[in-house]
Amino acid sequence: MKAVLALADGKYFVGKALGAVGEVSGEVVFNTSMTGYQEILTDPSYHGEIVTMTYPQIGNYGINPEDVESSRPFLSGFVVKESCPFPSNFRSKMSLDAYLKENNIISIEGIDTRALVRHIRTVGAQTGIISSTDIDPDSLIEKARKAPSIVGRDLVKEVTCDEPYQPIEGLWTLGTGYADCRHIKSTYKVIAYDFGIKLNILRNLATLGCDVTVVPAATSAEDVLKMNPDGVFLSNGPGDPEPLHYAQENIRDLLGKVPIFGICLGHQLLSIASGGHTYKLKFGHRGGNQPVLDYQRQRVEITAQNHGFAVDEKSLEGKVKVTHINLNDNTVEGIQHLLKPAFSVQYHPEASPGPHDSLYLFERFIKMMEDHKRGVEYAQA
Amino acid sequence: MPKRNDIKKILIIGAGPIVIGQACEFDYSGTQACKALKEEGYEIVLLNSNPATIMTDPDFADRTYIEPVTPEVLTQIIIKERPDALLPTLGGQTALNTAVSVAESGVLEKYNVELIGAKLGPIKKAEDRTLFKQAMKKINIAVPHSGLAHNFKEAMEIIEDIGFPAIIRPSFTLGGTGGGIAYNREDYNRMAIAGIDASPTSEILIEESIIGWKEYELEVMRDSADNVVIICSIENFDAMGVHTGDSVTVAPAQTLTDKEYQILRDASMKIIREIGVETGGSNIQFGINPKDGRLVVIEMNPRVSRSSALASKATGFPIAKIAAKLSVGYRLDEIHNDITRETLASFEPTIDYVVTKVPRFTFEKFPQSDATLTTQMKSVGEAMAIGRTFKESLQKALRSLEIDSYGFESRIFKKPADYVRTLTTREHDDLVSQLQVPSWERMWYLADAIRAGFSIDKIHQLSGIDPWFLSNIAQIVEMESVLLTHKDQLNSDDQDFIDLLREAKQYGFSDRRLAFLWGITEEDIRDMRHKLAVLPVYKRVDTCGAEFEAFTPYLYSTYESECEADPTDKRKIIILGGGPNRIGQGIEFDYCCVHGAFSLSDAGFETIMVNCNPETVSTDYDTSDRLYFEPLTLEDVLAIVEIEKPEGVIVQYGGQTPLKLAMALEKYGVPIIGTSPDAIDRAEDRERFQALLNKLNLLQPQNGIARAYDDAEVIAERIGYPVVVRPSYVLGGRAMEIVYGVERLRDYMKYAVDASPEHPVLVDKFLQNAIEVDVDALSDGSEVVIGGIMQHIEEAGIHSGDSACTLPPFSLPDEIIAEIKRQTIELALELKVIGLMNIQFAVKDSDIYLLEVNPRASRTVPFVSKATGRPLAQIAAKVMAGLSLAEVDGSGDIIPDYISVKEAVFPFVKFPGVDTLLGPEMKSTGEVMGIDYDFGNAYAKSQLGAGVKLPRSGKIFISVKDSDKVKILDPVKKLITAGFSIVATSGTAKYLNQQGIAAAPINKVKEGRPHCVDAIKSGEICLVFNTTMGAQSVADSYSIRRSVIIYEIAYFTTMEGIKAGTDGILAMLRENLDVKPLQEYYPSN
Repeated sequence: MKAVLALADGKYFVGKALGAVGEVSGEVVFNTSMTGYQEILTDPSYHGEIVTMTYPQIGNYGINPEDVESSRPFLSGFVVKESCPFPSNFRSKMSLDAYLKENNIISIEGIDTRALVRHIRTVGAQTGIISSTDIDPDSLIEKARKAPSIVGRDLVKEVTCDEPYQPIEGLWTLGTGYADCRHIKSTYKVIAYDFGIKLNILRNLATLGCDVTVVPAATSAEDVLKMNPDGVFLSNGPGDPEPLHYAQENIRDLLGKVPIFGICLGHQLLSIASGGHTYKLKFGHRGGNQPVLDYQRQRVEITAQNHGFAVDEKSLEGKVKVTHINLNDNTVEGIQHLLKPAFSVQYHPEASPGPHDSLYLFERFIKMMEDHKRGVEYAQA
Repeated sequence: MPKRNDIKKILIIGAGPIVIGQACEFDYSGTQACKALKEEGYEIVLLNSNPATIMTDPDFADRTYIEPVTPEVLTQIIIKERPDALLPTLGGQTALNTAVSVAESGVLEKYNVELIGAKLGPIKKAEDRTLFKQAMKKINIAVPHSGLAHNFKEAMEIIEDIGFPAIIRPSFTLGGTGGGIAYNREDYNRMAIAGIDASPTSEILIEESIIGWKEYELEVMRDSADNVVIICSIENFDAMGVHTGDSVTVAPAQTLTDKEYQILRDASMKIIREIGVETGGSNIQFGINPKDGRLVVIEMNPRVSRSSALASKATGFPIAKIAAKLSVGYRLDEIHNDITRETLASFEPTIDYVVTKVPRFTFEKFPQSDATLTTQMKSVGEAMAIGRTFKESLQKALRSLEIDSYGFESRIFKKPADYVRTLTTREHDDLVSQLQVPSWERMWYLADAIRAGFSIDKIHQLSGIDPWFLSNIAQIVEMESVLLTHKDQLNSDDQDFIDLLREAKQYGFSDRRLAFLWGITEEDIRDMRHKLAVLPVYKRVDTCGAEFEAFTPYLYSTYESECEADPTDKRKIIILGGGPNRIGQGIEFDYCCVHGAFSLSDAGFETIMVNCNPETVSTDYDTSDRLYFEPLTLEDVLAIVEIEKPEGVIVQYGGQTPLKLAMALEKYGVPIIGTSPDAIDRAEDRERFQALLNKLNLLQPQNGIARAYDDAEVIAERIGYPVVVRPSYVLGGRAMEIVYGVERLRDYMKYAVDASPEHPVLVDKFLQNAIEVDVDALSDGSEVVIGGIMQHIEEAGIHSGDSACTLPPFSLPDEIIAEIKRQTIELALELKVIGLMNIQFAVKDSDIYLLEVNPRASRTVPFVSKATGRPLAQIAAKVMAGLSLAEVDGSGDIIPDYISVKEAVFPFVKFPGVDTLLGPEMKSTGEVMGIDYDFGNAYAKSQLGAGVKLPRSGKIFISVKDSDKVKILDPVKKLITAGFSIVATSGTAKYLNQQGIAAAPINKVKEGRPHCVDAIKSGEICLVFNTTMGAQSVADSYSIRRSVIIYEIAYFTTMEGIKAGTDGILAMLRENLDVKPLQEYYPSN
């Protein structure tokens, strides 16, 4: 079955329908990871986006029940050069196509994804539409133009949990799967704001002895403090951080009262709460090979990233210290508050998918909570 | 941390001659290293015995020692040069072993030389099996169950614990020499002994077999600040059990989830840190159980390797260059990514295509050898292809091999209509065993199994190959059957048909293959594609999946919508490369292509390289202005010409590969520059060649052309035996033989060749005891310059590529040389040669015969260039582009006042069961050069460089044919005077005794024990002289020649070799061989 991907700027690609049949719009972005499509599909940060994989053969190892980052796929659409109908891996349970169908993800394959990526790189990420029901390019381009942009929209409310919950999974190991953390002695009580949280963040925290409670994005600072946490975690999530005033407010109220660690959208929100602001990148950073320099250790980490917005370094002067930068484009990748126990990174130390170079950050958070608990005076590194 | 200023002078070790397991990838890495470090302002001293390398060009190092790569020579150079640092990680296992030996001898400490890249401790930790195992245990990474044995008794004890099948790996050997898989006790006993022998440390590792597991490799880099990145992951198509050098391999890994891939990545980082490789690249091999993902580490190379060359070409990340910079202190984040310019080397490349490498074998050269693929590497070269899918890259890779395959031709069914036929029981059983036993042909049988209806699961069970790969081949076969049903729609402009044709091209189907399936010609398909606008586009290799702009035009073809070739309107010339290395066509031709690019770039042209060999310097994106990594077939080359519209195409530099395309390219109007394809044909076509010689009144051995079985006999009767027979149009003397009588001639015509009017067999009078002479010359059409005259050491009849030779000649009279020059000039002018020409002469008494004229670059061009200091290929390229010899400073003869000897290097040790006698069919894989002011010294160096252990004292075993008995007197007398003693077979001993020479008799093998082979095995013999006449004597002495290979004893099998060897030994005894850089041999200008 034919399918078409059309962009708001008039560019379109004709391919074959993959996954669910139908029509969907979203911001068209690309991810350069060669592995990890299942984690990408289930990362809630992709909500509202049509994700193009730069690696041309996707689905080779199929879909398994373990490699998920949330309860279901959240992205709007998926674009691949060739999806694999005959997955081969001892853990595989179904093909990519079957999974996309089952989860109603409208996708397209068989297009020149490299041409698409080069186009996005040149003109910037923009709204697009995939359709297998309407394959008239002109009509689709028109629809893409009318589709809402993600800028200025609150996408978090569409992905956050309804009720607080306590996750129990620890990290994955080959042969045994995810650990059951109910038996681990928990030393720190952590409240994790769910702006679209990836499960591997929770698994990392749990494995390090955190008793985590995940709370809905709009939970007030007051309610959080009532739970008497040792630390607050600000999760990743989709879209633009600027319209999320409620989250920014809550973080401002929490700053200084409890150690805070943020990842990705959490990092952007912490930056805004600390007085900075964000801007939209031309086409964002999405992939598993982004080099980040940790100023403190003078070491390069290869990081997993997924963001379309970044924190403006100038806006942070005198408020926070930049701790990490991206070596490709020198954008801010990590900050630490000058006066209050809070730090965050733009990238994904929890990996999944991606390299494990940055797991030390979870330990840094533990240390911060430990110091705070023992009343050690906060001194930024 | 910026670069170190405390070191000024760096000594780099090259890999020496091309051998199986160590090919031109180390010229690529060494050249990159020399360039990178020279750019940084370091003074570079280089040691490499291989003259056919780019790295040994005098411009790439400040002081270039073309001397044997041995600990003794390295020590001499260290004493003479006093370098601050020694970089051993870019010259393969040879460089590493040589450096280890010198480090252990205390020389580095004594002269205050620092090992950079990898220190002695880490090298030993990675290379020594016990230390490696301990290190892995420490970091909790599994290794296969194993044990080390140093003798047969230990080997027996270990096997009790491990069981069969077991893998045997000798320590410190190249390409797994002497290793293998033992399925039973008998195999095991034999292999254990051979393995202990093969190991320089007399040590073997016996390992649990993980045959059938999936095999992966990761290329890792680390800098001095402990930043570690993975450059590339590689998944082997063939399961564990086939040496990775002999496996089809694919990048990136295809069937690992991210979680599983990260386990490999984490393990690689832990390993490089634990082993302690401070800076540079390493290669780590893993096995994964496909049933549960259990991982074991197989081995680690603490240096750049064949796989790192592949990974560099596959990703665009120049591992060797970066490794060199890291070794002098730079951090990864201080080095820029050349391709994107803006970003840094501290990242992990991501690719948006699939890379497939297929090995190239030459079992046809060694018919007695076992062609089963095992853990011992047997391939001599490789081709790599890039496509947007595995299917496309695989099919492109198959046609890049140049084995007359253009896709998945059937090995069972003759024509497409048969593809659906049921197999006979016999065919079925054969097919099953073809799937079970890994061989170079198995790839094609996989497709046949699918055609024959075998399920993917069954093929997987039989072959151990992952179902993912098999399913992709199944898709190709399915496409084939769909195509067959559309035969009636050819040329139809129906959109569905156009889409189908495009899809077939996206699957990598070649025009040739489509033409075969549809029963039309390649040209028909080509025309149809043009008519229907189904044409390839070119995408860029950019390290980053298009995230950043690529500034280096490193391109591959595919069938997609957008083309990124972006050709310029500059004056440009395309150089066609040589494709995969094979015996007869190797690094020498790549050398010429690279020089062509350098020279034309210097002359102001944009240079465009087309090649598919990932091991080479020519496929470095730095070598030419634009690089097309593409198969060298008519279809692929024409497509590039159409996009680029060059002013000229050079077909004369890449050996037979591009030359074969010349006529067809010309037919399509491609501007071939230099000597015309017609002139090339005039030299290659026997009848036209004869007419040419007649016209010029030149001599040729009597000959005739056999177009049918009976013709050969008639011709041989006419011209008299012995005769040389060979198929026409071959390179490397393929299937060439000297025939002494009618019976063998009949056999040859019956079994060896299939003579036909299209494929005639050439029959030449064999000139016995003639001296062969090679001449490389240059012409611009009006002037002819002699590049060099080489006198072969071995007599005519030994393939010129296998013969040692000297420049200048050492025993030819002046008038003969003058006449050779005259004939060369006359031929060049008559053929209107523009560029290079090579002529082979045979001199018998005072007659000069022409054996062959090749108006193209020859195998000897790099040797001559090194020996004379004149870069022939560079000059010729400019001449081809229209300049005159005078303009490019190419005029005049250069006769050096020193002697250069070229010696060939053979792969016999890798092919048990193969005789080592030399003949008209080429068997060598590489070459070395010895250079000195005296013939004996130069020859001795060439032997040491080739790994021949010339003795200084001891017992010489002699067994020579009757006609050589007189000739051997002189060398034997000299050797006895020098202190050697002689044992000889009865006939030879008797003769020597009669001549008053002391020689103890020793039994031939058939005469009973103890015999000469026992003496060789027990270490009594230091040198063997063995010449033979006739099949019986060849058969009788076979075991002698095999045993000297295994026990690494110097041996000579030709009379001329014996004389030269004697000169070499005497020279060695007279004085210590001195070392001197190339730059000091050349007259300063």
